[in-house]
Amino acid sequence: MRKIREFVIEKSLLSSALVTIAVTVGIILVLAIEAFSFFKEVSIFDFFTDTEWTPLFTKKHYGILPLLSGTLLTTFIAISVALPIGLSISIYLSEYAPRSFRKTIKPLLELLAAVPSVVYGFFALVVVTPYLQQFIPNLSGFNSLSAGIVMGIMIIPFVSSLSEDALFAVPKALREASYGMGATRLQTAFKVVVPAASSGIIVSIILAISRAIGETMIVAIAAGQQPRLTLDPTVPVETITAYIVQVSLGDVQHGSLEYRTIFAAGITLFVFTFLLNTLSFRIRKKYRQKYE
Amino acid sequence: MESPFTLGTNGKKNYNNTMSEIMTEKTEDPKIEVPIAEKYKLQTKDVNVFYGDFQAIKDVSMNIKPKSITAFIGPSGCGKSTFLRLFNRMNDYIEDFKMEGKIKIDDNNIYKKKIQLEQLRKEVGMVFQKPNPFPKSIFENVAYGLKIQGIKDKKLIAERVEKALVQADLWNEVKDNLNKSALTLSGGQQQRLCIARTLAVEPSIILMDEPTSALDPISTAKIEELIYHLKADYTIIIVTHNMQQASRISDYTAFFYMGELIEFDKTKKIFTNPEKKRTENYITGRFG
Repeated sequence: MRKIREFVIEKSLLSSALVTIAVTVGIILVLAIEAFSFFKEVSIFDFFTDTEWTPLFTKKHYGILPLLSGTLLTTFIAISVALPIGLSISIYLSEYAPRSFRKTIKPLLELLAAVPSVVYGFFALVVVTPYLQQFIPNLSGFNSLSAGIVMGIMIIPFVSSLSEDALFAVPKALREASYGMGATRLQTAFKVVVPAASSGIIVSIILAISRAIGETMIVAIAAGQQPRLTLDPTVPVETITAYIVQVSLGDVQHGSLEYRTIFAAGITLFVFTFLLNTLSFRIRKKYRQKYE
Repeated sequence: MESPFTLGTNGKKNYNNTMSEIMTEKTEDPKIEVPIAEKYKLQTKDVNVFYGDFQAIKDVSMNIKPKSITAFIGPSGCGKSTFLRLFNRMNDYIEDFKMEGKIKIDDNNIYKKKIQLEQLRKEVGMVFQKPNPFPKSIFENVAYGLKIQGIKDKKLIAERVEKALVQADLWNEVKDNLNKSALTLSGGQQQRLCIARTLAVEPSIILMDEPTSALDPISTAKIEELIYHLKADYTIIIVTHNMQQASRISDYTAFFYMGELIEFDKTKKIFTNPEKKRTENYITGRFG
C-alpha cells in the first residue's frame, strides 16, 4: 500500500515539473513556428538592417532596429538610474549600516519591486513627465526619459538586494585582514569587498537589465508608440514589448503577416533575455565554486 | 640582543640553521636583555572587557618587552583572543563591546579618543587563524597595505613586496608566479603570504591569532621557524592552543583562564615550574 502511495506521489511531483517544462517548450515552439513563417515572407537581412518599422501602414517596412533602439534606450536609462543608486544602497547596507537597520530596510526596499508596474507607468506619465517638462521644455508627453527613470526606480531592488547578498557573503576574514592593515571602511569596501563580490554584483546587474528589457507596462504607457530609430530620450519611441501590446490589443487579423510580426518581435526579445539569463547563470555557477 | 638568526637590513636571510639547531639555541639562552629606555613595548593596566553583560576579560595587567615572543595560552573561551585583539582594536567592530583600563604601546594610550585607527594598525600588524589572502594576485596581496597608504611609486612597491616575501620565506616559491591568484597557493603558503602582507606595512608589533591551527605539521614547523626569526625585528604576540608550540618558540607565556590572567612569566618557568596550581594542571593536560 505504502509503495503505491509513494509511487503516486513521486509521479505526480514529476508530472508537475514536466508540465512546466512542457509549457515553456510549447511557448518557444509557437514563437519559433510563427516567426519562421514570418521570415518566409520577410528576409532576415531586411529585418535586421531596415531602419523603419511600419507593418501597420500601407507602405510596409519590417526593420526591427527602431523597436530595438527603443528597448535599449529605455533600458540604458533605467540602468543608469538603478546601478549607482542600487550599488550605493547595497554597499551602505552591507558595510556601514547597523545590523538591525539592515534587517528593516531590506524588505522595505524589496517592496519597490512589488508595486504593480502599471502604477509605475501611470506615475511616469502623469507625474514624472510633467515635472521634467519644467526643466526640459521640449520634452514630449511620451518619451523614453521618464519611462526609463521610473523603470530604473523599479529595478533598484534587483540591483541592491542581490548585490547586497553578494557583498554580505564575502567572508568576514577578508574585511578583518584589510582593517588589520590599516585600511579605512571605504578602502575595505571598494578595494576588497566589492572586487570579491564582483561576480555576484554583475549577476544582479544582468538580471536587472533582463528585467528592464522585458518590462512592458511602463514603456507602453509612458514612452509612446512611435517606432523611431533614435538615441534622443526626449521624443516618443516604441519598445519591442510596447509594440507587442499594441498589436495584440488592436484589430489586426489573426494569421496575417502583420499579426506574425509580434512573433518575430517576441522571439527577438526572447533571445535577448535568454542570453542574459544564461550569462548570469554561468557567472553565478563559477562564483559559487570560488567560495566553497 | 645578539641572535645568530637576525635578518639583515636588506631583508635577505643570513641563517642556515635547521629547526633543531634553533631549538637548542633557544633553550640554552632564554634570557633577553633590552635597553631600559625601551623596556616595555606594550603595557596594559587593569583591563576589563565586556560584551553586553558578559565580562570577557577581568583586570588584566601585563607588560610586554620589545623584540620578544609572547604566547597566550589557555582553554577555549578564556579570553586570550579577545585580549590579543585589543592591541589593534579589532574588537571595535563587535556590537556591545566595551573596554575599561589602559593599553599603551610605546607609551601612547591606544584607547584615547583621538587615536588614528589606521595609523595604529600600520604599527600593529595581525595574522589570523585561517589564512585569509584577498582574491587577488600574490603581488597585489602584499602590495595592498602599501597602496592603501597612497604609495604610488611602482619601484618602491615592487622592492617592498620582494623584501616582505623574502622575510616571510616565500619568495623562492612564488617569484616566478607573482601575478597568479593567491588562492592557488597551498594553505601553508597562503599563511606565509598573509605574514608577508603584514610585514610589507612594516609594523613593529605582530599579533598572531592561532596562525598554525589550520595547517599541517610541516607547514606549521615552517611558520614556527619563520616566527622565531622575525623576533629579531618585531615584537610578536601569539595566541596558541598548542602548548608545544608555545614552549618551542616563545620567550614569555601568559596563561589565561575564565578571562583572568592566571600567570605570566618566562616560558621556561611556566613550563617547568609554574607558580599556580591551575597553570600546572593546564599545561600537564589535566584540563582544557
